Amino acid sequence: MVEIRMRVNGAEVSAELEARVSLLDALRVRLGVTGPKKGCDQGACGACTVLVDGRRILSCLALAVQYDGSEVTTIEGVDHPLQAAFVRHDGFQCGYCTPGQICSAIGMLAEHAAGAPSAATEHVAGAPALTRTEIRERMSGNLCRCGAYNGIVAAIEEVAP
Amino acid sequence: MKDFGYRVAVDVAGAVAAVAAEPGARFLGGGTNLVDLMRSGVEHPDTLVDITRLPLDAVDELPDGGLRIGALVRNSDLAAHPAVRRRYPVLAQAVLSGASGQLRNMATVGGNLLQRTRCAYFYDQATACNRREPGSGCGAIGGFTRTHAILGTSPSCLATHPSDMCVALAALDAVVEVESVRGTRRVPLLDLHRLPGDTPHQETVLEPDELVTAVELPAAEVAAVSRYRKVRDRASYAFALVSVAAGLVVRDGAVVAVRLALGGVATKPWRAVEAERVLTGAPATEDSFRAAADAELATAVVQEDNGFKVELARRTIVATLHRLATEGSAA
Repeated sequence: MVEIRMRVNGAEVSAELEARVSLLDALRVRLGVTGPKKGCDQGACGACTVLVDGRRILSCLALAVQYDGSEVTTIEGVDHPLQAAFVRHDGFQCGYCTPGQICSAIGMLAEHAAGAPSAATEHVAGAPALTRTEIRERMSGNLCRCGAYNGIVAAIEEVAP
Repeated sequence: MKDFGYRVAVDVAGAVAAVAAEPGARFLGGGTNLVDLMRSGVEHPDTLVDITRLPLDAVDELPDGGLRIGALVRNSDLAAHPAVRRRYPVLAQAVLSGASGQLRNMATVGGNLLQRTRCAYFYDQATACNRREPGSGCGAIGGFTRTHAILGTSPSCLATHPSDMCVALAALDAVVEVESVRGTRRVPLLDLHRLPGDTPHQETVLEPDELVTAVELPAAEVAAVSRYRKVRDRASYAFALVSVAAGLVVRDGAVVAVRLALGGVATKPWRAVEAERVLTGAPATEDSFRAAADAELATAVVQEDNGFKVELARRTIVATLHRLATEGSAA
């Protein structure tokens, strides 16, 4: 067993875990933070997306022990204009992917603000504008089986600077 | 997933000593491939030595004008680095074309070099796989082979190498720096991965206790005039059916320097040496590009479902070189 300490949504937490426990399971099962969802559990769907030290990652492929000392933000710790925008634009139907979508979009907007290009960027050395094409490419790691993609893109577009 | 021991390495010497001392120990970087394979039961290490706190996350200038990339630089940081985007656009584009934003934030350069095939028969333990279990056979041969390789295959294995980053590194003559308890050595990227032959489970020339510490990119004029083009089943977040990393310098209508590497079609990151030989000194025309592609693909061996890759690779090579010749790089 390994003891880890993290800040989760602003609160100091600690847990004693087997090394094989994922960050997703540690959050959901050990710490009762059930916003991040288990979709595929293999890094393909994005439902488990959380922010670690401000960067979006997949908590299902993260071993919790690797994140000892980290600052973790899940949807429970988010207070962001994207949330109301998702409601306004019908950016969800069943809602299962939504916590991951919103955490991913927050991380994505920060990456774009820092000047990062994407696979949709025509001139990779330049600073790309956040077009609908760019948003779709940058959010491609978050699947929505209800197919609310148009609303998701519209919500992000409204909130993007 | 079976449980395992976990240790955090605080320096490189300690990390390589810890893995050398225990046959069942493995290095753990971003975990995006290894954790997935452990959960699938394909990998089952006894101990993981976490290397993510080692100071190997810098991108430094080399005296000759090249770049040295630490093994723990995250894929997203590599692709966003200004010098990579300006001087090696093919590498930035290749990295950005792989996985998703979340995965690129986790995955390391060293881990990307060593990622394992996504062949469905390698993952499915109900089927035979010489790569997963030496001598058990190959489920892909006579199976569903649409995503499998047409270059570098053997009667033991048809699996494609999955990395986009490695295809760009193959075109750029990258060199991999490796450390172990026996010291440091440098391995050209093109020599890092092995062809499957009759030992497909031996994927690289590295010993189990050798740690990738850096990748070096030499300076080259052709690197700045380069592009990566990836063809796949959907617009994003999918492995390549065919990909092309290319660099091209044309003077007075003739090719003076060319780099070409292929992904999605071969069992290792594939430098197209035959195509480069045909093109060097030739007129920079579509006829030359087609002749070069044909020369490279002459040795292709197709299976039941992947014959389309020959024509798709030919067209993607020609289109990528044509675009470089007419518009220049993606930078």
